[in-house]
This record gives sequence, structure tokens and C-alpha cells, in this order.
Amino acid sequence: MSSSTGASLSDELPDPDGRPPLRGDDANTGRAGDKVFGGLAIGSGIVVIAMVVLIAIFLLFQAIPAIGDDKVNFLTSREWNVSGRRFGILQMLWTTVVTSVVALIIAVPFAVAIALFLTHYAPRWLAGPAATVIDLLAAVPSIVYGLWGVIIVAPKSEGLQNWLSDVLGWFPLFAKVPSVGGGTTMFLVSIVLAIMVLPIVTALTREVFSQAPAAHQEAALALGATKWEMIRTAVLPFGKPGIISASMLGLGRALGETVAVLYILSALPDSSKWTWSLFNGGDTFAAKIANSASEFTGGTSTGAYIAAGLVLFILTFVVNAVARVVIERRKAFSE
Amino acid sequence: MSLDVKDIPASEAGDLGGIDHGKSGIRVLKNNIATVLIWAAFLIALIPLVWILWTVLSKGLSTILTVTWWQKDQSGVGAPGFDTNVRGARHAIIGTLEIAAATSVIAIPIAVMTAIYLVEYGRGKLARGVSFMVDILSGVPSIVAGLFIYAVWVTFFGWKLNAFCSSLALVLLMVPVVCRSTEEMLKLVPNELREASYALGVPKWKTIVKVVLPTSFSGIVTGSLLGFARVAGETAPLLILAQYTQFLNYNLFSGNMAALPTLINVNVPNMAGDQVSADRVWGAACTLILLVLVINLLGRLIGRLTRVKS
Repeated sequence: MSSSTGASLSDELPDPDGRPPLRGDDANTGRAGDKVFGGLAIGSGIVVIAMVVLIAIFLLFQAIPAIGDDKVNFLTSREWNVSGRRFGILQMLWTTVVTSVVALIIAVPFAVAIALFLTHYAPRWLAGPAATVIDLLAAVPSIVYGLWGVIIVAPKSEGLQNWLSDVLGWFPLFAKVPSVGGGTTMFLVSIVLAIMVLPIVTALTREVFSQAPAAHQEAALALGATKWEMIRTAVLPFGKPGIISASMLGLGRALGETVAVLYILSALPDSSKWTWSLFNGGDTFAAKIANSASEFTGGTSTGAYIAAGLVLFILTFVVNAVARVVIERRKAFSE
Repeated sequence: MSLDVKDIPASEAGDLGGIDHGKSGIRVLKNNIATVLIWAAFLIALIPLVWILWTVLSKGLSTILTVTWWQKDQSGVGAPGFDTNVRGARHAIIGTLEIAAATSVIAIPIAVMTAIYLVEYGRGKLARGVSFMVDILSGVPSIVAGLFIYAVWVTFFGWKLNAFCSSLALVLLMVPVVCRSTEEMLKLVPNELREASYALGVPKWKTIVKVVLPTSFSGIVTGSLLGFARVAGETAPLLILAQYTQFLNYNLFSGNMAALPTLINVNVPNMAGDQVSADRVWGAACTLILLVLVINLLGRLIGRLTRVKS
């Protein structure tokens, strides 16, 4: 059950009997009761659309004047000095996107393997409880992930991170950053984000895998395929669009994660040097906004943060819309 | 329904038990490696869950097992380092429950009616638009929801923040969760029930209210509890919208109100040097995680016990 994650692929399932859905339009009598109830239902749907549209409008209209007031380029500057009206998002954009993408690179192979475990490998008595346990990872509040990450994991992971930067330091992503200590790096944030998005990616992938046609799987086995060959030929190709769209939804979650990042990641000092390294500190959009609520003093200073929020909203909107489109195309193919 | 592949015993579905069925060694080896990796992936995923629960329980359980934790608020709290009294979290627990309850009161009707629209009425462009927007809403970062309410409430209208603002932001996060799970449940209601009702001349809205909703009621309760658990643990909007206070306040619409996440957030900066602050943080984290997990598991249990047979 994916309801803990708020997203579902089940509306893409064709009706089991292949019948068109029953609408009961003839029973819609047009009397007062039907008019009121139907109106409420449509009204609620319109409220949902209005919520998203209003978010976009309010953020946009309060961000534009602030961006107009900006003395540096909003998109390409790394500075964030709101009171001096010099603010750009480049550093935050980099930190947000890179931590989320790395989190996905870690989480997706695990999610696919766990989804396969739940649908094809786990003994029947274990599959249900195991799925619940994975879903519980999504129920843990993000502030608890943050506390756990910064107090427990960061000191323990420092040695591993130093070792990685010693061995792989020639590669820019793993270069050493001496100014950031204690393990509170983008690298650790990526790992914690990976754990946090694992349940949503697993839940959606599992749903797709469980819909893989049994006839194909039986045919593969009957031709003498091993179980793994059967999965590679009959399950994974079927599930590919599902994996892609689940990954995009996971990416959307990772981009917007706030408190865990806020607690774990070391802030960068002003005018720190640019580095490509994962062992750097920084701020994501969400963490910066949450951390600066006290700077919301109206006018440009609030507007600057609203502009940052708008960029985050656009990022997640695009990522979620792509996920949706991928699934729609799968639906078109499978019908 | 077609044959369930899981019913085929492993010995027939891959592992050959030493009998040569014409599968070369390398293929069997690959198969075994895949099996081991897939089991390992699941077991590795258990590590963080167990580790987090262990951390929070071992550090916070002793705090929340005291009576004062549940009976007192933080009034009279002193400067960190000079205050030896952990005190209670009653103000934060009540705040969290009240904010989440107010959120539910607004979000659940909207979500259930939207789900009814999508399943029972919706078709064409508007329905696709609504369905798309539910997806988008479920992906809106919680900090953006908080920022939006701030932009409306404070910047646009110039009103003073109160605890109800937090509820409004959380509504945006709860609606898609409840809507999707309600939608799933409504789709499980057999069409025969609707047909029978229509055949008796019952109007559509009465069919929905008297037949469809009662049949899927437990599923809606499950979805609502999962949504409640999600918003109770949500922190980001509260960092912008909630004004922490050390005192107990029952009124959502006036004065400041504490919540468990903000109680944690207020004490985190001092926890490195001050054991009392650390106790407050872990106690609140422990309370929060237990609250969320209990509601979450309760929801799943209700769903499992009273599942609609499809």
C-alpha cells in the first residue's frame, strides 16, 4: 500500500474485467441532493487545482519585485546577502541538485532490489510485514532523521569520508575540503536523503513489479531461464517506466527536504572558494529558507527567500510532472 | 486470475538442487549472486530504521517515562547550563495534536470529496487536471507550503501569525495523501453494489453516501490516520510559521503555541554543552516518533482488519 507516500500508480490500472468504469450518470437525477453533492465534489476538485495555482501566483508575484531589486544576477551569483540586496542562487542550486541526485543514485538500486525482494524473493509470510517495515522509514519524521544524522552518524562517518577523499581525492567530486570537519558534508546529507526517499521509490516500484504479467514470467521459466534471468527478461523491462517515474518522485522529495539537511549540513562561510567536492558544506533552498525565517522582515529581504522558494517549487513541479508523463506513456502502451 | 508466480517453489523456479537441467554453472552462479544481493539490500535497509529507533529510545525513553513530562510545560525554564530541570512537554504534545487535528478537519473533507469527484464523477479535461494537480500537490515541498502561507498571511494580508497558519500549510500536504488513499479505496468498491443501488432507483448522491462510502469507510479512516501521522511529524512549515512558547496554550487562533518539532528545534542549539537540553530534545523526539508510529500502525491495522475484498 503506497498511501503513506501520497502517490499512487493504481489509477493507471485498467479495470480488471476490461469494462468501462460505471458512472451512473442516469442516476444523477438533477434534483437538489444530486446537484449539491455533485457540486461539492467538483468544488473540492477545483479547490485542489486552485491551491497549486495560488502557490505559483503568490510566490511569483512576491518574488518578481525582489529579483528586480537584486544588484547581482539572481541565477548566476553565489552571494547571498539579503540586507545588501546581493543575492544569487547558484551555490544553493548546486547543493540542492547534487545532494538529491547523489541520494537517488544510492537509493534507486536499493529500492529496485527491495521491490524485487518484496514481490519475488521474500517468503509469503515475510512479504507483508517487510513492506510495512520499509514504509515505516517514510513515517519517521524528518527532524528525527536530522538529529540522528548530525549527532550519531556524522562523527562515525568522518573516518570513512576522510578515507574516501584520501583515496579518490584526485576526482573533483571527492576532493578534500579542509574547512568542513565533523562529517557534516553534502556526502552525508546524500546518504540520509537516500534513506528518506527509499520508501517512496520502493513502494511505487513494487507496485509496478507486482503487475508484471504472470504469463511472461511463467513463459521465461518454462524456457529454462533461471529466476534472475526471468526477472531480467520479464519483470525489469516491464517495470522500467515505473522505476523511472518512481525515481523522479523520489528526486522531488529529496529536492524539497528541509530539516534533515538543515541540521546535518555545515554552513559555508561567506566568500568561500568554489569547489565541486561532495565533502563541502552549504545550504539547500529548503534549509536556507527554514534557517532564515527570522530574516523575513518584509520587502526585498522576504522577497529574496520567496524567490528561492519559487525556484524550488518550479524544480519540484517539473520533476513531478515528468514522473507523471512517463507513467501516462506507460499506460498508453499497456492498453 | 492468472497463476501467482510466487506459488512456484524456489527449487523449480531457479535453484536446481544439483540436478543438471542444462543450466551452465555461470548462469546458476549469476542467479545465486542476484539472490544474495537482493536479500542483502533488504537487510541493509533495515539498519537505519533499527538504528534510529534504538538511538531515540535509548536516549529519550527515560525522559518520557517520568510523570512530569506529560503533566508540565516548560514554564520557568532557565538559561541553558543553569537549569537542572527537564520539565514537561505537555504544551508541545497538545500543540502538535491540536494543529494536526485542525489540519485534518479542513483537509479530510476536501480530500474525500476530491477523491469522490475523481472516481465517481470525473472525466475529461477537468478530471485529468485535478488528478495531475493532486500529484503535483503531493510533491510540493513542505517548506514551500509554509512559505506560501507566509506570503499570503503576513506579506499579502499583513495579519499576525498564529498556530492556525501552521494548520493551513499542513492542509496542503495532507490533502494529496488522504485523496490518493481514498481514491484507491473507492475504486475497490465493486460496481455490482452501485448497479444494485441504481437499479432500485436510488439517486447517485445517495448511492455514494449510503453505499460507496460505508463500504470503503475503513480505508478512508486508514488514509486519514496516515495523513494525520504525516502532518504531526512535519517540521519545515512550523519553522517559518509557528511561534514557539514555553507555556501551554489551547487556543489555535491567538497567542503562540508550541509543537513537538519546535520544542526540539529550540533546544537543539544548546544540546552539545547542556545535558538538560539534550534530554528535552531526545524526549521530544521520542514522544514524536512514538506518536507518529503508533498512529501510522493503528491506521494500517484498521485497514488490514476491515479490508474490502476485491
